[in-house]
Amino acid sequence: MLVYSFKRLLSALPTLFIMIAVAFFMIRVAPGGPFDTEKNLPPEIEANLMKAYNLDKPTHEQFWDYLTNLAKGDFGPSFQYKDYTVTELIKTGFPVSIKLGLSAMILALFFGVLAGTIAAVKQNTHTDHATMFFAMTGISIPNFVMAPILILIFAVFLKWLPAGGWGPVGSLKHMVLPVIALALPQIAYISRLTRGSMVEVLRSNFIRTARAKGLSEKEVIFKHALKPALLPVVSYLGPATAAILTGSVVIEQIFGVPGLGRYFVQGALNRDYTLVVGVIVFYGALIILFNFLVDLIYGLLDPKVRYA
Amino acid sequence: MSTQLMDEQARKLLELAAQQTEVKGRSLWSDAWSRLLRNKAAMTSIIILALMTFAVIFGPLIIKAIYGFTFDYADWNQISAAPSIASGHLFGTDAIGRDLFVRTLYGGRISLLVGVVATLVSLAIGITYGATSGFLGGRADNLMMRIVDILYTVPFIFLVILLMVFFGRNIVLIFVAIGAISWLDMARIVRGQTLSLKGKEFIEASRAIGVSTPAIIRRHIIPNLLGIVVVYITLTIPRVILVESFLSFLGLGVQEPATSWGALVNEGAQEMESAPWMLIFPGVFLALTLFCFNFIGDGLRDALDPKDR
Repeated sequence: MLVYSFKRLLSALPTLFIMIAVAFFMIRVAPGGPFDTEKNLPPEIEANLMKAYNLDKPTHEQFWDYLTNLAKGDFGPSFQYKDYTVTELIKTGFPVSIKLGLSAMILALFFGVLAGTIAAVKQNTHTDHATMFFAMTGISIPNFVMAPILILIFAVFLKWLPAGGWGPVGSLKHMVLPVIALALPQIAYISRLTRGSMVEVLRSNFIRTARAKGLSEKEVIFKHALKPALLPVVSYLGPATAAILTGSVVIEQIFGVPGLGRYFVQGALNRDYTLVVGVIVFYGALIILFNFLVDLIYGLLDPKVRYA
Repeated sequence: MSTQLMDEQARKLLELAAQQTEVKGRSLWSDAWSRLLRNKAAMTSIIILALMTFAVIFGPLIIKAIYGFTFDYADWNQISAAPSIASGHLFGTDAIGRDLFVRTLYGGRISLLVGVVATLVSLAIGITYGATSGFLGGRADNLMMRIVDILYTVPFIFLVILLMVFFGRNIVLIFVAIGAISWLDMARIVRGQTLSLKGKEFIEASRAIGVSTPAIIRRHIIPNLLGIVVVYITLTIPRVILVESFLSFLGLGVQEPATSWGALVNEGAQEMESAPWMLIFPGVFLALTLFCFNFIGDGLRDALDPKDR
């Protein structure tokens, strides 16, 4: 297990390196620089700017500098927010994003598994068909369409909840709509996954045995069927994290939540190169780490998987 | 005379009987087709999508012929006008007075086109990569699949955003970039299928009776791959459309005055309190299309997978 973890983390390094390299060199070959403005800057000022942002050295030296700084947790200065470093922006934005993302993930897991299990137990009934129809609808409505519709209904017409913002700490009433918008497609996806694997598990021999020895249906489902049926859901957690992080980019934009995703979009639109690359590297590392954790959990749950 | 007539009748009867006893071959495809025909959700989706495609292609021309609106024509007397039959703006107009119906249809052209073209790109890469990996087997296969595993953990959508930021909003770039990031599933599936087909008895049998390798690939491997590829095409198209809409929503996709459903939803979201139709119509078109593709994909999977009959 320990050896496996070590190997996995080691193999994550080249992935991360490739991502950093692609992002880094893309900036350098991209047409237009970060200091292109309407009026031409005097050459001395431009030279000073280049020096200040470390752009006057040869490219390979810049790359090395970037890597060593990155290892120290320094993502460089933001081009757009002049007085902030990218690290500071990540520090302020990420806690907000993680609160949003984790809440959505928990909500998605709970309702997704619940709906999927109900549909599987009542296989081929109206309940099943209706649940799966709703799940398909949930998958097909993009969250950036769902979010404005939720705002229109619950904030504009009913006036139950605020249309956006975060408040000083992210109060519950500010969180409800963004979390729902973020979680809905995942609820739909997880419920389909759960239903599929649950239907299969319920047909297997050990469930027949459990029923034959007279266990109640509740015990059969919760004590025996649920754990193996959840394995595909566990392995979906990796892609789900990526989906929620990507989703939070638009959701934060729509609801005006001051998270990392919003900085990212602003950075992208304003060509704040260091910020964009910093966020991508940060999220990339996060996703790779999470995929690794998910694989470890999977190994603990599934006795068929052995890490040598 | 009467005997001749009898002969005639007898021959007709015989022919009829012959026709009936002639065993009609049931191929995988005719089986699958009949199963798909029985799937109401999938059939409805196919009809809706066909109508949608027709509307998207010919709708703008028809509207131009009747009302004279084009996707970039601004009607300054009708800014943010509500849907009305009298003015001819059936879906209303946007913030600078452009007819929303034409723009929704026009945006649909871009969205569907991206869906199809990017899927073809991903198909080309995925099939070549997967089939090569599966056919070579051994160490090459191991290495190639390891690469796919690694690529799986990279959050590509962020890299596409990066690409859009650095190289501007070029529609060809969108096609290629989205196609290039969505081939991983296809490669895995094709590789698995090729690997399992390679060892099947009927392949061995055709080798034994001396069928050449290209003929085996053409006659046996490709038709057997086709089913699963078709299923994945129908599931990749909506994913790709979604990615494009996502980019356009963020303002990184197609550029004004051209538009796509994602860009229209973005404009609509900004004006939704005063002009909700700007959000609702493009949103419904987008969701309905994704919905139909997903249903067709599901239906095809059920139809082509004989295990779950």
